[in-house]
Amino acid sequence: MSEEVIKLPQEKIRYRDLIINGIVSENTIFKLAISLCPAIAVTNSLRNGFLMGIAVLFVQTMVNITVAAFRRFIHPRIRLPIFMLIISGWVSVTDMTMAAFAREAYKQMGLYIQLIVAFASILARAEMFASKNKIAPSMFDGIGMGLGFLFALTVISFFRELLGRGSLWGLQIVNTKPLLIMILPAGGFLAVGILMAFFNWIDARYLKRASSHH
Amino acid sequence: MEKEFTKLFELFIAASLINNFVFTRFLGLCIFFGVSKKMETAVGMSITFTSVMVISAALSWLIYNYVMIPLDITFLKIVIFIGVVAAFVQASDTIMRKVSPGLYYKLGIYLALISTNCIILAVPLINAGEKYTFIESLAFGIGSGVGFSLALVIMASIREKLELADVPAPFKGLPIAFVTTGLIALAFTGFSGLITL
Repeated sequence: MSEEVIKLPQEKIRYRDLIINGIVSENTIFKLAISLCPAIAVTNSLRNGFLMGIAVLFVQTMVNITVAAFRRFIHPRIRLPIFMLIISGWVSVTDMTMAAFAREAYKQMGLYIQLIVAFASILARAEMFASKNKIAPSMFDGIGMGLGFLFALTVISFFRELLGRGSLWGLQIVNTKPLLIMILPAGGFLAVGILMAFFNWIDARYLKRASSHH
Repeated sequence: MEKEFTKLFELFIAASLINNFVFTRFLGLCIFFGVSKKMETAVGMSITFTSVMVISAALSWLIYNYVMIPLDITFLKIVIFIGVVAAFVQASDTIMRKVSPGLYYKLGIYLALISTNCIILAVPLINAGEKYTFIESLAFGIGSGVGFSLALVIMASIREKLELADVPAPFKGLPIAFVTTGLIALAFTGFSGLITL
């Protein structure tokens, strides 16, 4: 998290809270369960999952900054079309950049990059947070939500590639293919379901312990 | 003529079963998990969805081939397609409310959900990417709609039963729905290789 450039001590907690909120308590995939399509579609290898996460992190942050910067000029009645325009603009930027610099990955996940435009989570953050806050907090909110998404995709694709191919980032780690099903489409659903249950379980245990202390 | 018809039929089967949007392309999952709790909502969603999908596929094909290609602005396709879809959904919402309030009362809520759905946007994008003809785009749109409806109805019928099942606490709700979908997806991999396009 080298993006965390902090000037004032009293704002330090707030920015850190914004980022932690995006990663843990409002994690897009595991907690809110929205924008699930790419979480399953591109996570059969760690590299694709990571790149997708980076793309979303970039779009989310830039959209939040743009919306926050122009929030005084956007008439509330037409705000949704304007937000969609801003989002699709930044998605086009990402799409063309990936097409130019990451050819191999783009061939496999180009469609899903273009479909970032239909992400409920990005529109929701623009509407709920960035349209009401200043640029700096909006940026940190975007970074937090983006990092949460990146984290979820990295975890899912880590397990799927390791179990399905026995490799990580294309490097062979074990010579067998322990659970071929994990890189099949079906494995994506199973992996997300099991990871979600795992995080629910941690949540329940942690909450139980926290309440017994009181 | 007959050969052409065979190709259209193959396209339809491929879009609905082999490359099923939910189970092998993983699109529209938010709506898929959102409205598959009850059979009634699943059926309502399926009807609205398929019709919107076919019409927006046709509209965006016309715009892509007669406006965007001549003007050489295909790089704007994401922006334009989402505009077309959103405008069409908004228009049909307004028209339906005026012309047939009964239908609006039944299906209006699904219309509002549709504009943020990725399948509706994916169909025009795939049509443009694969350079389908107008009829082929329609066949692809209908196939995708039928495939999505099939997925919704299967899932809704399972989830209605699942409500009564004794599921381990951490798996309650969405996680078990994901695992179930995984199992259906496994069954759908049996369709691959049915037709080679």
